Amino acid sequence: MIELEGLTKRYGEKVAVNNLTFSVRPGIVTGFLGPNGAGKSTTMRMILGLDHPTAGDVRIDGRHYDQLKDPLTYIGALLDAKAVHGGRSAFNHLLCLAQGNGIPTSRVHEVLDTVGLTAVARKKAKGFSLGMGQRLGIAGALLGDPRILMFDEPVNGLDPEGIHWIRTLMKSLAAQGRTVFVSSHLMSEMALTAEHLVVIGQGRLLADTTMADFIRQNSRSYVRIRTPQRERLLDVLHEAGITVVEAGGEALEVEGGKAEPIGELASRHGIVLHELSPQQASLEEAFMRLTAESVEYHAHSETASVPRDWGADWKGA
Amino acid sequence: MSTHQPPMPQAAEAAPNWQAAPGGPYAGYTSPIPVVKTHLGHALASEWTKIKSVRSTMWTLGVFVLLVVGIGLLAGAVVSSNASDSDMSGQSPLGLGFFGLLLGSMCIITLGVLTTASEYGTGMIRTTMTACPSRGRVLAAKGIVFFVVAFVVTLAASSFVAMTQVSMLDGTGIKDPSGAEWLKGTVGISLYIALLGLLSLVIGSIIRHSAGAITIMIGLLLAPLVIALFMFSQSLADVRQALLEYSIPNQLSVFYANSLSDTGPSGWDPLWIVLGVTAAAYAGAHALLQSRDV
Repeated sequence: MIELEGLTKRYGEKVAVNNLTFSVRPGIVTGFLGPNGAGKSTTMRMILGLDHPTAGDVRIDGRHYDQLKDPLTYIGALLDAKAVHGGRSAFNHLLCLAQGNGIPTSRVHEVLDTVGLTAVARKKAKGFSLGMGQRLGIAGALLGDPRILMFDEPVNGLDPEGIHWIRTLMKSLAAQGRTVFVSSHLMSEMALTAEHLVVIGQGRLLADTTMADFIRQNSRSYVRIRTPQRERLLDVLHEAGITVVEAGGEALEVEGGKAEPIGELASRHGIVLHELSPQQASLEEAFMRLTAESVEYHAHSETASVPRDWGADWKGA
Repeated sequence: MSTHQPPMPQAAEAAPNWQAAPGGPYAGYTSPIPVVKTHLGHALASEWTKIKSVRSTMWTLGVFVLLVVGIGLLAGAVVSSNASDSDMSGQSPLGLGFFGLLLGSMCIITLGVLTTASEYGTGMIRTTMTACPSRGRVLAAKGIVFFVVAFVVTLAASSFVAMTQVSMLDGTGIKDPSGAEWLKGTVGISLYIALLGLLSLVIGSIIRHSAGAITIMIGLLLAPLVIALFMFSQSLADVRQALLEYSIPNQLSVFYANSLSDTGPSGWDPLWIVLGVTAAAYAGAHALLQSRDV
């Protein structure tokens, strides 16, 4: 269990993390979502005691990170896959971490095997691809077989096979009763792995909810209509008691409605329709709407948020 | 706030359920790996693996030994072939080791800086500090491992050169070095150079930038002497004298009792000077390490 209470980090004038309060509980994968620069990595560094919070507190099972006597067997973290001395071999890199925490050398071979780096264990880390570096970082996180795991953007640089592997790994780690806290800026990725969701934007907490709730509340469905006889259709739909929203351009949108009754209604009144399509807003779109609003909150609050067709390429995620 | 924000459940609504998680407040996975309470010994083992598993250690120490032994033997050979009976009479041959050690000390400085600063350059420091959250322990372990390595290598190289030179110059009328001279010319100077390396390690931890810290240390090593050489003004005579006497090359030569001047540090003084400076810098580095973000 990781507990954050009013966690704040300021760099001069800039507030990187603003009064974050939430908990990460064991047994599930908790997704930590936010656009680039939202403060995810800063938050993770504060959890690990690397950065000192300006205000607030973060505790791991009730203790500060630097009070842990056996840090690696307690919490394993992948922060930055490049946080490795390039001149050192993968084996020696893991060996010096293991020795520092009294972890037997045999465990180094085990984790190298788990992440599939056994063949290149004696190769220098600077020759590693991004994906191999990511695997080495994950090996370091798993080294102490810890009860809490924290991954910062673990799928970066991984190939599809690697992405599938890390998803399965995270789920199985959580199923063993471990706390898994994983950050990402991709909603679609989180939707596949996380059970709980913490969303931040500009260092502020935007949502702290279960993934199921988030999907239920954010997967908005609507019917999109285009017609040359706009005024007539509006009258007809109004008479039928259907609420219409004027979207951008010529389009009209009916929230939560079905396409069939609208089509039949238009046909009965002889109205020409150029488009009648049921639409489903993607989670990615919902996430962007959520975070974009947090950005705009500071600038100009009256502006409409993200255009409706933003994130269209993610639809169905 | 924009009017379209979808309603989000707040943390407070979900929190009570979490507390009620079965199996006590902090239940979860229990590892079969035995939990070990870590101490300085673990950090020392870790740093020992680190220092011996990078090529820069082999390079800097290799060049160091090459310089000390090579220049030392060369100096011995030149002196022995040209020596007339009066030339070296009454002088200790140990002083011939000075040239190699002066140049070689730059290698030790470089290795010292790299031990700490390279971790900041590569980002490894975040991994290190995550594995060992006690920052003071990390600095202490690095310092101890580096100091021992630097001292042992310097002692071996300087002793070998000293013994070879004494035997090479045997019969040229040289003074047989006394026990105290042997001690100062081997153990003393090795302690001095290892401490100079430790100071570099500490500066590396403060500056967090390899090139910057190496430049500072090389400057500290050579600048006072070079500046003093060009201080011709009479009114600066005192400053010039102090710079000469306390410059690191002159402090090194004090260990061979052939200082540039009769005043200034003598005997074991240079060792106490470098010890004091290193201790002060170490205290500063320790305090900075605690207060700064990694």
